[in-house]
Amino acid sequence: MNLLYLDSVSVTFDGFRALNELSLVLAPGEMRAIIGPNGAGKTTMMDVITGKTRPDKGDVLFRDTDLTRLDEPSIARLGIGRKFQKPTVFEQLSVRDNLLLSLKGKRAPFAMLFARRTSQEEARIEEILATTRLTPHAGRQAGALSHGQKQWLEIGMLLGQDPELLLVDEPVAGMTDAETMQTAELLRDINRSHSVVVVEHDMEFVRALGVKVTVLHEGSVLAEGSVEQVSANPRVVEVYLGR
Amino acid sequence: MKRDISAPDWCALAVAAGALVLALLSLLPADGALHVPAFAVGLAGKYLAYALLALSVNLVWGFAGILTLGHAAFFALGGYTMGMYLMREIGSRGVYANPDLPDFMVFLSWDHLPWYWYGFAHLPFALLMALLVPAALAGAFGWLAFRSRVSGVYLSIITQALTYALMLAFFRNDMGFGGNNGLTDFKDVAGFDLHQPSTRAGLLMLTALVLAGCLVLSRMILDSRLGQLLVAVRDAESRTRFIGYRPEHVKLVIWVFSALVAGLGGALYVTQVGIINPGEFAPGNSIEAVIWVAVGGRGTLWGPVLGALLVNLGKTLFTGLLPELWLYALGALFILTTLFLPRGLAGLRRPPALVAEITPVDSEAPP
Repeated sequence: MNLLYLDSVSVTFDGFRALNELSLVLAPGEMRAIIGPNGAGKTTMMDVITGKTRPDKGDVLFRDTDLTRLDEPSIARLGIGRKFQKPTVFEQLSVRDNLLLSLKGKRAPFAMLFARRTSQEEARIEEILATTRLTPHAGRQAGALSHGQKQWLEIGMLLGQDPELLLVDEPVAGMTDAETMQTAELLRDINRSHSVVVVEHDMEFVRALGVKVTVLHEGSVLAEGSVEQVSANPRVVEVYLGR
Repeated sequence: MKRDISAPDWCALAVAAGALVLALLSLLPADGALHVPAFAVGLAGKYLAYALLALSVNLVWGFAGILTLGHAAFFALGGYTMGMYLMREIGSRGVYANPDLPDFMVFLSWDHLPWYWYGFAHLPFALLMALLVPAALAGAFGWLAFRSRVSGVYLSIITQALTYALMLAFFRNDMGFGGNNGLTDFKDVAGFDLHQPSTRAGLLMLTALVLAGCLVLSRMILDSRLGQLLVAVRDAESRTRFIGYRPEHVKLVIWVFSALVAGLGGALYVTQVGIINPGEFAPGNSIEAVIWVAVGGRGTLWGPVLGALLVNLGKTLFTGLLPELWLYALGALFILTTLFLPRGLAGLRRPPALVAEITPVDSEAPP
């Protein structure tokens, strides 16, 4: 049984084919890296999975559920979390409150009105703070964090949401080499209990993840395999280096 | 997060205490040095009703990022429901002495009361309607607008259209709300003569208490997790969607609550001002309310209350002295506030809420 199943998905924007008969299968517990040049359709693929964009045709299934019929909150509640390319956290709220809002659980407005912070929630937040190394910053306003810290906070919010599948869009953009390696480690850690799809440009990072790689080009899969296999693939080299 | 008494609560206390002092002073003998004349009590009551409108605009603009340019519609609807009660309360003391029909209906040669006037002879019913009618309109409008993800300037324009359409509708005589003249000539409320200083003092106190109550209630909502979610939706709406929230529901809740507050304000306004007409729906009124909020400082609960009181006090004084210049002054006030006091008067007191909690840690990368 597949966790995520995309079959010949196509998306067109004003005549531009962002996704062209894209097919992709993810097994439960798997971590997959998606690479590809700009405009290859990586972010559009994420948009289709999370309900932001409706495909023109094709099937998108999460286990048995047809994702093309659901909107973003329903898909999120189903167990698919997403980290954006540009870190988006709730800048006016403290780091701790950002995590609190992300925690799996109450979502209806009136339930939120009467919600009290439970000790379980407190414990979970402390745990995530420790995992993302944000404990010393818990009381700070999220908007005051550095770029790398915001990336980590957003990953922390994904952990709070505790989705079955995490979609992570360019998690190491703008990070130092050391941070990049720590993030790879963190994702490998997360992968022990979650399935993960990572979109990334940084080949060093992808190498550090050590997982199966899918190369997208012009909205379709160009190659699939280990980092070594795909980087030896002449078509991949051509797409990345030549024109 | 625990504080002793928060700023909104202080504001609520100050409003209630101020109104109590004014009300008591107005009941002193008229020749006493401390006597407050009746018109001042009426003005204060009007300002406090406006402050309720300001609070209501601020709830959606300051905390949910929805710039409403039509909130006076909810205020006026609350006012009309109260006006309908006050009309029925006149009974046979009207010019035409018709015990069932308000004067304007007799004048239009109507022979019976339209069905939507039924029940308005009773104050509790009218009060219920002062809440329900604005809430129902806000609910229907908000549900459609937020569900379709209409936001920003487009939403602002639709709110303007909403209040403008209501204004045109209420101008029509056959709507049954007194047309151009609206509802006026009220005699008494719940058996108390509206022209008695004691009634006016009582109404001022009541308005102050309602405002104080709404302030405290709003503070409780904003302190709750829903309040945090509201700020989250304001600042990063799509992010909240991807963690499973429905921002349209969150907005709808605060939008309807805000309309309730505006409706209450309108109902209290009419009892003290003595008239409600379609002019209250004029788009300019809603925009003025936005200016009070901007001047006072949106995003704090007490700022806009202060803004409404000060700007309206200014308006009263200014229109007395230099009536033709008032609109220029109001416009200038808005521009100057936007340029030099983007956080309004409240911004003079302290930086925005959470900045104060930031601990001075270097913005180093995660170790």
